[in-house]
Amino acid sequence: MLQITDISKTFNPGTVNEKTALQNVSLHLDSGDFATIIGSNGAGKSTLFNAITGAFYVDSGRIVLDEEDITFKKEHLRSKEIGHLFQDPLLGTAPHMSIEENMALAYMRASGKHSLFGRITKSDKERFREHLALLDMGLEDRMKNPVGLLSGGQRQALTLLMATMVTPKLLLLDEHTAALDPATAEKVLNLTKRIVAERNITCLMVTHNMHQALELGNRTLMMNGGNIVLDVSGEERANMTVEDLLEQFKVQVGEQLDNDRILLSK
Amino acid sequence: MSSFLTLSIVQSALELGCIYALVALALFVSFSLLNIADLSTDGCFTLGCAVGAVVTMAGHPFLAFFAAMAAGVASGFITAFLQTKMGVQSILAGIIVNTGLYTINLMVMGFSSNINLFNTNTIFSMAKELSESEVYRSWYKIIIVVCIVLLVCVFLAWFLNTSLGLSIRATGDNEYMVRASSINPGFTITVGLCVASAMTALSGAVLGQYQKSCDINYGTGQVTIALASLIIGESLIKKGSIFKRVIFVVLGSCLYRFIVAIALRMNLPAEALKLVSAVIVAIAISFPYLKEKAGFYKHRRDVMRQASKNV
Repeated sequence: MLQITDISKTFNPGTVNEKTALQNVSLHLDSGDFATIIGSNGAGKSTLFNAITGAFYVDSGRIVLDEEDITFKKEHLRSKEIGHLFQDPLLGTAPHMSIEENMALAYMRASGKHSLFGRITKSDKERFREHLALLDMGLEDRMKNPVGLLSGGQRQALTLLMATMVTPKLLLLDEHTAALDPATAEKVLNLTKRIVAERNITCLMVTHNMHQALELGNRTLMMNGGNIVLDVSGEERANMTVEDLLEQFKVQVGEQLDNDRILLSK
Repeated sequence: MSSFLTLSIVQSALELGCIYALVALALFVSFSLLNIADLSTDGCFTLGCAVGAVVTMAGHPFLAFFAAMAAGVASGFITAFLQTKMGVQSILAGIIVNTGLYTINLMVMGFSSNINLFNTNTIFSMAKELSESEVYRSWYKIIIVVCIVLLVCVFLAWFLNTSLGLSIRATGDNEYMVRASSINPGFTITVGLCVASAMTALSGAVLGQYQKSCDINYGTGQVTIALASLIIGESLIKKGSIFKRVIFVVLGSCLYRFIVAIALRMNLPAEALKLVSAVIVAIAISFPYLKEKAGFYKHRRDVMRQASKNV
């Protein structure tokens, strides 16, 4: 489904701020794969996501999604097929527009069913209502409310719904529950698990929680210094404990894991 | 009606309020929705007026409006092109286009700084002939401008609820969402600015026929006045449907004209108009902030009073 071959990216080349964010990264995801990604700050996790979504073009290498080479495809054209959730729950929705209008935007763009001058129809509203009811947050009765009135958790749940309303070929989750309170994070995470499993969505998820990294999905990737340094799946992964993972990090990276957030959440 | 505000003053405030409301609606699209300060407004207004006047003189007062709007679309397109394709900052793009339009406007007006339409049929002079009745004669101008503004309001409210309209609103509301959605911001900014500039130019064309003249300086300061109208209108309504918000922008424009009319009735010289405008704009913009502050002071006073009672 997703084939990344030898991509590299250097920011600010030739200056004192030169930073090699991705170094010959290759990654292959099969259809329906759900891989978690761990790594300390600056390891290149978000840069990898941004390379895939097209926030910038890579310096070298190729990105192929569903047999289409998207290496130089424009960002807004890629996003028809790629869902992207950020850590900040405020980034995924338009605050001054109503829930209904936000969902209409997501639906119209991805489904390709609406012309430029199409309007929100009764059947659209019915569809949105059904989707919102799945969240079990009472949002289906507040469809005319501006999204800015919702809590962070509600907004993130809505963003997830919008990204998956029309099943994307690839879903990128960049620590999308990290900024939420534990109870809400749990709820959004369960929702994520359910939607990804039900629709068999190919998914990449960055997390700082070691338990999540091993428990969710079917693969665990570890990044460091712009490389993927560990890629486990199947039986090897099933038998792995959090301690093993930390040990692996020490072996692969050659240093202790220095990230408080990772250590604390083990 | 008191002698302070005569009927004719109220009428002309309403008429001008409705005509200039079109510019306020243009800023509603570019400034409130797209979050772009479009400074080409002044030049675009004169452009609409000039194109409208020239076409009117050629004997097509109705066609004049569409010609003006087409000219506005062209102007908006160039402003948007500079921003989205040439990497010019939005404020600079507006200033550049505004500067260039000055020459274009003179060219349209045949290198004269003034055109008069006194001996030409305008929609106002044509409508005037429809009836001899005195009541009609005193209200026909208002009827015409209200009809035009209502048409534009209905169109705008319809447009902003279409798929394209929603995309335009999202572009100004959340840049990150737009980048992660398949909305092409270059396209939505271009369409938005074209629609806004068309309304600005239409306003100029209507004013030209209303005043029976076109002057190269008609546009000067329009952006400030429209901004004041927009902010007055928006501070009257916090939330609501797009149609409601659009109508309140029009009301804001009329209210602004009343304030100016009252100021001028206080024996201020006509030369003071720009200063009065600037003061009104400053007050209108700071009003919501001051209201919030006043609310806080009242709350603090209530809490303190309650506390001292309990002691």
